Amino acid sequence: MTVATDQSTPVLEVSDLNVDFGVGNQWVPAARHMSYRIMPGEVLALVGESGSGKSASSMALLDLLPTNSRISGSIKLNGREITNVRAQEMRRIRGGEIAVIFQEPMTALNPVYTIGAQIIETLRVHYGIAPSEAKKRAIELLGMVELPDPLKAFNSYPHQLSGGQRQRAMIAQSISCDPILLIADEPTTALDVTVQAEILDLLRSLRDRLNSSILLITHDMGVVADLADHIAVMKNGVIVETGTSLEIFSNPRHPYTQALLAAVPHIGQREGAEIDTTAAIAIAGDESPNSDHIRVTERSAEQSRIAETLDNRPVVLDFDDVVIEYPKHGRVPAFRAVDHVNLRVHAGEVVGLVGESGSGKTTLGRAAIGLLPITEGTLTAAGQDISRSNPNDIRALHKKVGIVFQDPASSLNPRMPIGESIGEPLLLAKKMKGQALFTEVERLLDSVELPRAYRGRFPHELSGGQKQRVGIARAIALKPLLLIADEPTSALDVSVQARVLDLLQNLQAEMQFACLFITHDLAVIDVLANRIAVMHRGKLIEVGTRDQILRSPVEAYTQRLLAAVPLPDPTLQRERREARRELLRAAGE
Amino acid sequence: MTNANDPIVSLEAVLPANKPPESQGRLIFRRFLSNKVAVAALILAFLIVLFSISAVGLGPIHGWWKYGYTDLNPQENGGSPTLSLVPEWLGGKGIFLGNHPFGQNRIGKDYFAMTMRGIQNSSLVMVVLGLIATLIGVVVGSIAGYYRGKTDAILMRITDVFIVIPALVIGSVVGHAFGGFGAATLAVMLGFFTWMGIARLVRGEFLSLREREFVEAARVAGASDARIIFRHILPNALGVVIVSATLIMASAILLETVLSYLGFGIRVPDVSLGNLIGENQSAFLTRPWLFWWPALFIVSLALLVNFVGDGLRDAFDPRHRRFSLRRMQEERPSLAENENVRAGDNGDLMDPQKK
Repeated sequence: MTVATDQSTPVLEVSDLNVDFGVGNQWVPAARHMSYRIMPGEVLALVGESGSGKSASSMALLDLLPTNSRISGSIKLNGREITNVRAQEMRRIRGGEIAVIFQEPMTALNPVYTIGAQIIETLRVHYGIAPSEAKKRAIELLGMVELPDPLKAFNSYPHQLSGGQRQRAMIAQSISCDPILLIADEPTTALDVTVQAEILDLLRSLRDRLNSSILLITHDMGVVADLADHIAVMKNGVIVETGTSLEIFSNPRHPYTQALLAAVPHIGQREGAEIDTTAAIAIAGDESPNSDHIRVTERSAEQSRIAETLDNRPVVLDFDDVVIEYPKHGRVPAFRAVDHVNLRVHAGEVVGLVGESGSGKTTLGRAAIGLLPITEGTLTAAGQDISRSNPNDIRALHKKVGIVFQDPASSLNPRMPIGESIGEPLLLAKKMKGQALFTEVERLLDSVELPRAYRGRFPHELSGGQKQRVGIARAIALKPLLLIADEPTSALDVSVQARVLDLLQNLQAEMQFACLFITHDLAVIDVLANRIAVMHRGKLIEVGTRDQILRSPVEAYTQRLLAAVPLPDPTLQRERREARRELLRAAGE
Repeated sequence: MTNANDPIVSLEAVLPANKPPESQGRLIFRRFLSNKVAVAALILAFLIVLFSISAVGLGPIHGWWKYGYTDLNPQENGGSPTLSLVPEWLGGKGIFLGNHPFGQNRIGKDYFAMTMRGIQNSSLVMVVLGLIATLIGVVVGSIAGYYRGKTDAILMRITDVFIVIPALVIGSVVGHAFGGFGAATLAVMLGFFTWMGIARLVRGEFLSLREREFVEAARVAGASDARIIFRHILPNALGVVIVSATLIMASAILLETVLSYLGFGIRVPDVSLGNLIGENQSAFLTRPWLFWWPALFIVSLALLVNFVGDGLRDAFDPRHRRFSLRRMQEERPSLAENENVRAGDNGDLMDPQKK
């Protein structure tokens, strides 16, 4: 079954590959003069920002580009040229010799077939084996990707599995024909950080077991550090630097690589006060009563100190025993998204709210500005009790709060010039018109570092980062007392993320609004937050200052969350991985 | 075409850094004009209507054509068309209209005048019905989709009631009651019974658009429900509205044709394209031109309206780009040699000065 691989010839050799897309009436290059090779059993990471051509050039390997594209150059798979093979032969190569793991497992799996049926299909197309035999092999594969109950997974539909399980099933399908090359296109971007760590572990062990090569496409330096042997850094369609993982991380030569590495938010690093999170996790792993005692005393002292300084400031947002439920809908029972939460945000303070997807953090953020009614408890925002959710109160509240949404593409009206989007709160809340509105919008554009001429542009004419700046400008238009930032950077590239965070930080320092910063990324929150609140399944499980949470997390869940964040450094990440394994074993016992 | 070796030029042409804010209307208008087929269709449809109005006149005003659509004339040449389009040097009789270019019907009425009057009435029905149905459909659909819950349930059940009654039955009843009052009344009444498709489409669009974050952003900005519906959501649903409005218009012509054919629509002595066909159904073998002329205009009007609708939809979609692989391959390859090709669109890339 396995294609014979000679250990000395590269599995994939790409030389002088060009990819162009026809846009308007021009050929716009997506990748230029790309050359790289992957040896058997090797992991090559293709790193770059969105639009750098990393995905386009990889889809070119499989001839899966849309019709408005063309390629030139040479692609050799096991020494055989595959740029000019016939469609039928290409179909055999796809899935058989090169398999792909896609970014979003929910959309990459067909929702109307069971997982098993989809794997069997792949097997039978390529090998023409009997259904019973294919089934046996499929279950074996599902076991190989460490799904807890392969037989159950075999009979499940994609929507019945969690995100991580779906990604495992997806991987099972792609390795079903023993591919000699696996293209992993942002395999963990859509996943939570704890699940991401598990999937990366799986990919690593599969690589060792199957000896297949992996082409890893990602923008996340942490993932790269965790998995890659070699790295190729791409910028604007050109590979600017290649090298082994260690070389790139310890000694980046190209300025772009250096900038890319600098932009990665390192967890536990701010203003020189570095926190060794690995050590923190290691300590947490071996729970000795002695160290525990020391930590507790340390904690309480620090906590009281912090509490003193904060108590002097007025409370801007106050959740008092708040419960939020989504009412029952037909046969679906009521769902408690937020369960008895107590949280205070003081004026001028940034509180980070961390948790996995589905933990209720976004729900909490929306409730804070009256977009969702609360079921129980008292909620006070900007000095106004909005637990009763009276429409007048909420309208008044909206003049004092702002929100930055997660997805900049969806949060701006595509049919409105951005100047109008920014000016809308001013127009509606302050009745500002004409020249006054015009100058105010220009001032806001200045403050988020966008050219004034952009006021007439439509959202689709802007890049992701620019759109998010517009979102921020709109949120601060009314000089809010409270800003809710709902994962404002999770849809952005690393370097863009760094600059948007910078901007937010500066604006916060300047305007002194209270900020509830919602994110799933501990490294991001570390840059901004004074205090961190950790949320898990609707409950607030741990609240503390940034140092407390990052240096000495008490709750097991917080420790797990912290351990799962990959470090953008191969050596440190190896230590981190060990620590995490220890932690999980300790938790399992 | 700008310099083909420098794609950045075209990008900059789309996004000039210092362009003054362009109003949405102008932008859409400009994009519509760039669609040759749609513009040609619009002009052609306009010309057909203008031609028909000027030929037989409007109301008491008499047009340039010598016969009215009710005048009885002596039969000439057995009523067959006198129009000749084959020039003499091709062996024909030359290009001329003759007395009755489209022929005459059995009792000697001039068929050209009747067809022109039919175009007038049919296009009036088309436009009025289309507008009324679109208006009602958009209002019902957006309210149902935006408020959901009970409002939605009630409005949609009402819609269902309208849907389950066959269009033809409604049409016959309405046509029977109002057909005698002229084309405009008939169109308005028919409009009240053809809005359901649009209502459902708009509702669907609203249901998905209302979940988008820009709606919440507008709510936080203090926008009222009406403002959210009409300023924020509706412009994003316009593409769907316009396409289905043009489809309704095209089918309005057909509905009017069917009703008039059955004798429920516009009645004699007034004329529509449909009742021309209906009246002369028994003469198909002997006087086929009595079908060809109205049929020609029914088909061309319906087609032209569809082309216009297509162009409008493209114009409303800000992301729309047209692409032709064939044309691209004919052009000379133009890229990779230029090293600065994509320097322009990386506004948010790292910028050492800013760090």
